Amino acid sequence: MVEGQIPIEEYKTVDTKHKWDLKKLRFAHRILFEYNYKKGELQRGYANRTLYINLTKGEIKEKKVTEDMKKKFTGGRGFGLKLLWDSIKPTTRWDSEENELIITTGPLCGTTQYPGSGKSLCLTVSPSTDIICDSNVGGFFGPYLKFAGFDAIEIQGKAKYDVVIVVDGEKGKITVETAPLEETNSHLLNEQLTHMYASEDTDKSRQKVSVVSAGKGAENSYWGCLNFSFYDIRRKLPRMKQAGRGGLGTVLRDKKIKGIVTKVEKFDGVSNNPADPVTLAKVGTKLHREVRDLDRHQCNMRAVGTVHLVEIMDEYDLLPTENYRFGSFPKASKIYSPEFFKHFTKIIPDGCWHGCTMACSKTVDGFTVMTGPYKGKKVTVDGPEYETVACCSNMSLWDPLWVLEFNFYCDTYGLDTISTGTAIAFYMEMYEYGILNKKRCNGLELCFGNGEAVLEFLHRIARGDNGEFISVAAKGVRRVKDWLIKSKRGAPQLINDCGMESKGLEYSEYVTKESLAMQGGYGLTLKGPQHDEAWLIFMDMVNNAIPTFEDKAEALHYFPMWRTWFGLNGLCKLPWNDIEPADNAETDEPAKVPEHVQNYVEYQNAMTGWNVDKEDLILQSERCYNWQRAMTVWMGRGRRKDDWIPYRSMGPVTEMEYLSREDRYDKQLVEKLGLSKKEVEKMSVEEKMKLLYNYRQDQYQKLADAVYYRRGWTPNGVPTPQKMKKLEMDDPEMLKMLQGKINEDEKAGLNVWGGKYGKGEKPPSIHPKYWEKW
Amino acid sequence: MDKPKTVKVLKFYPEKCDGCLACERACSQIHFKTDEGGEKSAIRILKDGKSYKMHVCDQRGLCLDMCPVGALTRKKNGVVWLDKETCIGCQACVGFCPIGAMKKSDARIEPFKCISCGACVRACPNGALELIEVKIDDIKEVVYHKQGA
Repeated sequence: MVEGQIPIEEYKTVDTKHKWDLKKLRFAHRILFEYNYKKGELQRGYANRTLYINLTKGEIKEKKVTEDMKKKFTGGRGFGLKLLWDSIKPTTRWDSEENELIITTGPLCGTTQYPGSGKSLCLTVSPSTDIICDSNVGGFFGPYLKFAGFDAIEIQGKAKYDVVIVVDGEKGKITVETAPLEETNSHLLNEQLTHMYASEDTDKSRQKVSVVSAGKGAENSYWGCLNFSFYDIRRKLPRMKQAGRGGLGTVLRDKKIKGIVTKVEKFDGVSNNPADPVTLAKVGTKLHREVRDLDRHQCNMRAVGTVHLVEIMDEYDLLPTENYRFGSFPKASKIYSPEFFKHFTKIIPDGCWHGCTMACSKTVDGFTVMTGPYKGKKVTVDGPEYETVACCSNMSLWDPLWVLEFNFYCDTYGLDTISTGTAIAFYMEMYEYGILNKKRCNGLELCFGNGEAVLEFLHRIARGDNGEFISVAAKGVRRVKDWLIKSKRGAPQLINDCGMESKGLEYSEYVTKESLAMQGGYGLTLKGPQHDEAWLIFMDMVNNAIPTFEDKAEALHYFPMWRTWFGLNGLCKLPWNDIEPADNAETDEPAKVPEHVQNYVEYQNAMTGWNVDKEDLILQSERCYNWQRAMTVWMGRGRRKDDWIPYRSMGPVTEMEYLSREDRYDKQLVEKLGLSKKEVEKMSVEEKMKLLYNYRQDQYQKLADAVYYRRGWTPNGVPTPQKMKKLEMDDPEMLKMLQGKINEDEKAGLNVWGGKYGKGEKPPSIHPKYWEKW
Repeated sequence: MDKPKTVKVLKFYPEKCDGCLACERACSQIHFKTDEGGEKSAIRILKDGKSYKMHVCDQRGLCLDMCPVGALTRKKNGVVWLDKETCIGCQACVGFCPIGAMKKSDARIEPFKCISCGACVRACPNGALELIEVKIDDIKEVVYHKQGA
């Protein structure tokens, strides 16, 4: 439908329409407990209180946000960490009574003038990793939660029956009510709850409701994502965005929450009560104009969203194919962005929050479902995004329609496409080697490229199939590795090298073999291998801009801190560097996009009335980043051994991989390991692989040394009390705990550098306990 | 609902203009109940060498598809209309207007634009402004949506 200027009320999709008996659904609700609160105005981006709900005890209360909390934790993910520190124990696991699901906003969240300002940050103790996982997501929930009066919602305990939690910003009332009859799968449930709780039967009214939910898949796997809705007045349905990583949806369903609903009476462009709305509008409009003029020449986000990356990644050998064995594939052009552009609906404001003109949230409307319970129905598929397409290339699915099918079911079942796709790709590789087979997979023929089997696997997860494979496989790569090794199905090293997880979380979709910095960008992270901390491949591999360990460590300090900052404020990272000013390349540090960094300085000042500079933004992040690492240490992890990454992310695991890029690897043996060409010629592939293996493993340890040093951590990866004090994060309990852990490491002989330093090489400091001299 | 086929747009006769800005003052009266004109006027008369030029919305409607909340609609008379009550002040229309005719004043977060009300025409002592009827199909423009430059 390329037409444009269609009156909103006349706009139609060809999706299958639903008729719900909302009265019947609502009549079955029973209010378990409720709480009335005094509505208040926001002050300079903050509601200055958070909402606490305990589902076991039936308790609802408000917690005050203090000035000290704002100074130390800023907001968003920072607030989430603070609330968790006050509530959980080091032994808390994902299904513990005291584990919490937290959704936070951030002071800039809900701004409409600056693109990408509607993100919510979700935190919990993850089923995949057993440590704190944070995930950011679009949709209307975060802004509405704040406009309803709360900077964050914190849910502890578990309900006995399926419930919905309603934050009614119109009445100033929170209710927890049973919801026995509603659907569970998100594309239907979100529609039901949106219609049920909208104050009037109008699209404008429905647009003021947002729902968080997770489907049947989240109940039966560790890959549960949270679906955040945003009602589209043109398509007339709630679309959704996912907080994908780390099993947040699994925790939601473990707490027996079917949905969380928030609604607002009214909001406008200054509901945040910014200190300086004039500057805010000026900075925002400047960026809108950049997007208007430059996006089509840069990323094409407005046309195809993040899918524009597929062809770029394929070209640079970075598109994961067949479980990251390869970075490009002859069939890849079948899933390049023009193939999806054909399906995408065009000329609609596709931002996941109002005012985001980058509008990367593309949809395919009227998609006919090919398998499973909704076969034959016409639905709107939100996406695909790059990661989802690349998951499919990882599983060797090269048909856009199967990508859409996979995308649709993952979303509605509440499954993270990244974890699901990466894990299935691993199972497929194991299938190819005979380590798995049809019998061991409960009858599924999980060979590369078998879309039917992939979808059947998802349907079985959603149905709660309790076959041995389905149950273990739905818990992800790490559990399957353990299971395969324990049951002696294959060589442990091969299994460990191929399974793409670190800390228990599945990798996101980039091949990192040729970029050491990016290996660190995945491994030396807080929650696990997700590219939201750093994306350094081009800087490192293509432009060779950070050649030394020191350079890479600096990048692995700055970029994770910078990107963390978005999460403290409720912002999306994309408008920072997926649109760049026309003269960006001529600036001193183009990778940082200096003009946009300055935008954010002005933006935060205009909202909060503070007077910060760009260094202060990094300081805000460093405080929270170190706090999160410290909490990970507190939970018994966060050491060098936990920053382990599988060899598949470092180099060629199999002969096939080596031979497919033989010239590249042979050349490196000469240039980097100092072998002569003749020596290399004489060696067997196996010998060459062994040398490369040892070299690359050592490179990674040296990188970890440099990064820990730059971050002010011990050689075993523990933030030092001295560093925490410098950051003014001086909670005595935290400092004492850290010193205790460092002493334990000292006794175990772990406070030593990890790299093997030869002649002419030096570790970051000759004093492994360098911080004691500060 | 029958879609409007025509719309009235402003036509400017620079040879008749003496730069008195009565039009701007009349316009700001409509939008902000003030005689200030300038930043608070949807029509701007700008010096162009020895002559003058007009800067105002031509009702092409590219902004219609930019509005996330449906605050921008084409009225029955064909005019592109911004509903202040619905607007959430995101400035997407301001940023994307190819001719900068969607205006934003520091006085409030919601933008404003020419609604072809004719106040400026009536205010002009020299008859330099006129509302003329044009076919919407001839002026209509759709927001950029193609892939690639």
